[in-house]
Amino acid sequence: MNTRTINTLAIEETGIVSKIMGEETIKRRLLDLGLIEGTKIKPVLVSPSGDPRAFEFRGGLIAIRKEDAENVKIK
Amino acid sequence: MKKLKTDRGAKQNKIETKAKYTVALAGNPNVGKSTIFNNLTGMNQHTGNWTGKTVANATGYFEYRGENYQLVDIPGTYSIMSHSEEEEIARNYICFGNPDVTIVVVDATCLERNLNLVLQITEITDNIILCVNLLDEAKKKKITVDLEKLSQILKIPVVGVTARKKKTLNELLKATRKACEHKEKLKTIYQVQYEETIEKVIRELQEILIKQYQIKPELARWIGIKILDGEESIIEEIENQLHIDIGENYSKKNKEGKDDDSNELKTIKKQITEELKEKGITKEIFKEKLVTTMVKNAEEIAKKVCKFENKAYAKRDRKIDKILTSKKYGIPIMILFLLIIFWITLVGANYPSQFLFSVFGNIQEKLIQFATYIHCPEWLSNMLILGVYQTLTWVISVMLPPMAIFFPLFTILEDLGYLPRIAFNMDGFFKKACCSGKQMITMCMGVTKWEIF
Repeated sequence: MNTRTINTLAIEETGIVSKIMGEETIKRRLLDLGLIEGTKIKPVLVSPSGDPRAFEFRGGLIAIRKEDAENVKIK
Repeated sequence: MKKLKTDRGAKQNKIETKAKYTVALAGNPNVGKSTIFNNLTGMNQHTGNWTGKTVANATGYFEYRGENYQLVDIPGTYSIMSHSEEEEIARNYICFGNPDVTIVVVDATCLERNLNLVLQITEITDNIILCVNLLDEAKKKKITVDLEKLSQILKIPVVGVTARKKKTLNELLKATRKACEHKEKLKTIYQVQYEETIEKVIRELQEILIKQYQIKPELARWIGIKILDGEESIIEEIENQLHIDIGENYSKKNKEGKDDDSNELKTIKKQITEELKEKGITKEIFKEKLVTTMVKNAEEIAKKVCKFENKAYAKRDRKIDKILTSKKYGIPIMILFLLIIFWITLVGANYPSQFLFSVFGNIQEKLIQFATYIHCPEWLSNMLILGVYQTLTWVISVMLPPMAIFFPLFTILEDLGYLPRIAFNMDGFFKKACCSGKQMITMCMGVTKWEIF
């Protein structure tokens, strides 16, 4: 099974969310931000230290740390 | 930045005791909620704890057309379904705080994400005003929001404002007044419809709740959803507030509560959970379905009311962001910004400080002359003038000017939206010290204070 996460996306490369993994709290948080199956997501900014990265989805821009982004699988 | 005054003048007390309506102010973080709050209440505010929680709702008061209103600023959240402390406070206030009307503030530039919270709130109460803020920002980005259509879809009053301009808040006040005074005239508002299997079980629970516990239909629907959703803290709160026996622990905790195991609600809840399980809908999947439906609904509505006239609108912003957060320039620019602010604060504060010193000094001389004139004993005049007066005025002369300069400058940075960028830049470094980038901002404030001393 292909298990790419949004961490593997290059800057300006669009991915489509397939599933949110992880424990209850973080999963709920990510879902609440609108990261559901089928959502188009694109990393656009990197912080100077490389982590976090800012992702564009649903018309907004949100910074997500690598450890949290690990939970967002893409198709 | 919230300017919270603890000073309670006589006028405020008057408004406070007479406040006829309570208005709750909800919304996502960073949508200008505080600006609206500050502009409406002015100096008439103070923080207050609601049901003894640590994170406080700020409360303020304002007057409009002869009526007094209490305005409660609840914590900004993206959702009120999960269990972070802010979300709990926000949710509890909207559900059980009984505000006359809830104003939900949304950001016109990213309506879709904001609508998620709006839809969640429509499940709890039907007395909502939607306040679309940052219309000027949206205009710059060539985004138009069809407010009328939005109001038609959601079946709630929608007002557009630019919170920074006080005049635009007039419409909001008008809508608030109308909503408070004509509560009974509201129609049934938009509700998210889930898939039929879920809707069916929600209806079953809703009917029982209305019949046996005399709960308002909309609230009963919401409680029904929450019973199945099974979030512990929410259920506990519902039990405590409405005295309904849902969970396992209710009768143990509330001895005076009706303790019957043959509780119809519990039996049906069990039945339904089994039924759903058979269909492959576990608790976890149920939750996911709820959120997914909600987000998709928001997406659809946003599509209908938002127009992006110029798809390239974000390009310029993005370019600036790229520079502000780049490896090469991000941190130097940040340091430069902060140094400039510190420099202006420190150097700029000298002049008003000196001025205050000389003014207070002159008054001091007059006071000493006056003391000699009335033959005040030396020990007394020394204690009062050199002791109390001088110490007080020196503290004011040293502390007031830097604060009066630093905080407005910082507010400008905040308004420009630079603070989240700082947090973004610094998060990686701060994570190594086990705290988030937001600490940087607190540290900045700390730093200027050290510098003064």
